[in-house]
Amino acid sequence: MQERVQLLLEIADDELILGWRDSEWTGIAPFLEEDVAFSSIAQNEIGHARALYELAARELGTTADELAFDRAPEEYRCARLVELRLPSWEHTSARHYLYEEADALKLEQLKASDDAELAGLAAKIDREEVYHRMHAQMWFDRLENEPRFVAALDELRPLVGLRDGHTPELTELWEEMTMVRRSQPAGTTW
Amino acid sequence: METREREFLEYVQSGGQVETDDWMPDEYRARLRKFIEMHGNSELMGVLPEREWILRAPTLQRKLALTAKVQDEVGHAQLIYRVVEDLGKPREECLDDLISGKSKFHNVFHYPTKTWGDVGVIAWLVDAAAIISQKALLKCSYAPYARIMKKICWEESFHILHGRDVILTLMNGTDDQRELVQEAVTRWWGPLMQFHGNPIPGEEDPMLVWRIKSQGNDEARQQFLDGYVPQIWELGLTVPDPKLRKDEETGRWHYTEPDWEELKHVVTGHGPRTGERLDLRRMARENSAWVRSVVLAEAA
Amino acid sequence: MIYEVFRQERKGQAFQHAGSVEAPDEAFAEWYAREQFGRRGESEALWVVAREAILPIEDFVDELNRNYHRVDGYPLKEKLKEARARAGTTAARDR
Repeated sequence: MQERVQLLLEIADDELILGWRDSEWTGIAPFLEEDVAFSSIAQNEIGHARALYELAARELGTTADELAFDRAPEEYRCARLVELRLPSWEHTSARHYLYEEADALKLEQLKASDDAELAGLAAKIDREEVYHRMHAQMWFDRLENEPRFVAALDELRPLVGLRDGHTPELTELWEEMTMVRRSQPAGTTW
Repeated sequence: METREREFLEYVQSGGQVETDDWMPDEYRARLRKFIEMHGNSELMGVLPEREWILRAPTLQRKLALTAKVQDEVGHAQLIYRVVEDLGKPREECLDDLISGKSKFHNVFHYPTKTWGDVGVIAWLVDAAAIISQKALLKCSYAPYARIMKKICWEESFHILHGRDVILTLMNGTDDQRELVQEAVTRWWGPLMQFHGNPIPGEEDPMLVWRIKSQGNDEARQQFLDGYVPQIWELGLTVPDPKLRKDEETGRWHYTEPDWEELKHVVTGHGPRTGERLDLRRMARENSAWVRSVVLAEAA
Repeated sequence: MIYEVFRQERKGQAFQHAGSVEAPDEAFAEWYAREQFGRRGESEALWVVAREAILPIEDFVDELNRNYHRVDGYPLKEKLKEARARAGTTAARDR
């Protein structure tokens, strides 16, 4: 049981924090069409996080929002890769590509799980991730000869799969993410 | 006025529409393009006050809704700039002029957003004011613009509901939350009243004469007040204008004359957040110039 | 490159022009069209075409008024009146 929750939180936290980072591009992406497209990816990621949190929340007797917002930064189980604030497109695309690659493997494992609920949700998420992978590949194909993109890939690749602690950037993100929520007592509706 | 121009004027005034490659008087084309460009600029700049709050949204639902709303606005900018481009001004030139301050955007997007209350008020009231203007464009004499307005208005319908939902939740919440809403309404009232522009008699408003829009500034403002002041008052909120009331006989709202000097001052680039936001646009654009040259230009 | 997007709102309906997107190639155009005109499931289907592939036709010639193959080429009121008069009958609706 405990293990299942931990696994759910690991993936949910990854998707939440990555989705948060990706949503930072809404309004300021390199060009308008890509802005709209990338925002959908960010929204999907948050949507995935929500669905995963809901599964975990049922087990823990809490709510998805409480899991998403009301834990302390140390309690999040996300990988370092997703925490990084990457305000450059070459780094964002590189992370997108690397993350989707790793995520595909993880989802395959989950889809094969004995846990029917988890396997079912993984299958649903994967059907959306197909498009994310296409998008990441599309940008990879366009940028693979750009030195700065290659450099970004090299820089970020070692971080894939590393879950060895959090960066100060997570705390910064958490503070901003929770500031409105923390301004009122727990349980306040927004 | 030349015969051909007069015929065109009669044609549009009786409901006729034109397409991109049809003949248009130079004055019509120039005014039309400038008007549409300002709309595109406004959608693009409107994104900036709201996107800060995407990161601070207090629930997953609000986070998703706000991201989707801002995404829509970017999408609208894309649709609108495409129309401007087909009228002869490339998108990059529009962005150059926006950033340099040469072209304008609506007053409301020059003001700061200070609290989560602003997020609600913007989606509820500012968007409402904007939708009234946008509905008046559905029958624009320039058909490509009228067509995208249909999609834009359809997408805006969720924005208003989202806004109302945020506000109602706050009003049903804690005292602090109610205060957030009141404070935001008080602060946004001035810009809201100025939003539709100073009153111009119909015959003197080129946008009406050429049937680019089908409603005058004053009429739009009256429509806004009629629709939304009751919504504000029924929640127990107050509006910072002691003169605001509806004349039951004439059906017209009376109010303190908005500060037209402030409006002029703001839209000419002197709003409280104008400089900062244009800087953000400029920096974002500079940082991603290499992406456009790799991805877009090489395909040309 | 500009790609025009045509949209089918519901099954069985005609595809209508919905707008255009700028994209470097078909892969990007597909993504952007899908996003701009279908992210809310508002379209049943989309057709995406490079603008340069579209062949516009706007001039139609009919110098000699070829109404023989149009409804307005067949005003029958007078002939019908004459024929009824000859047969001594009145129009069905006058009885």
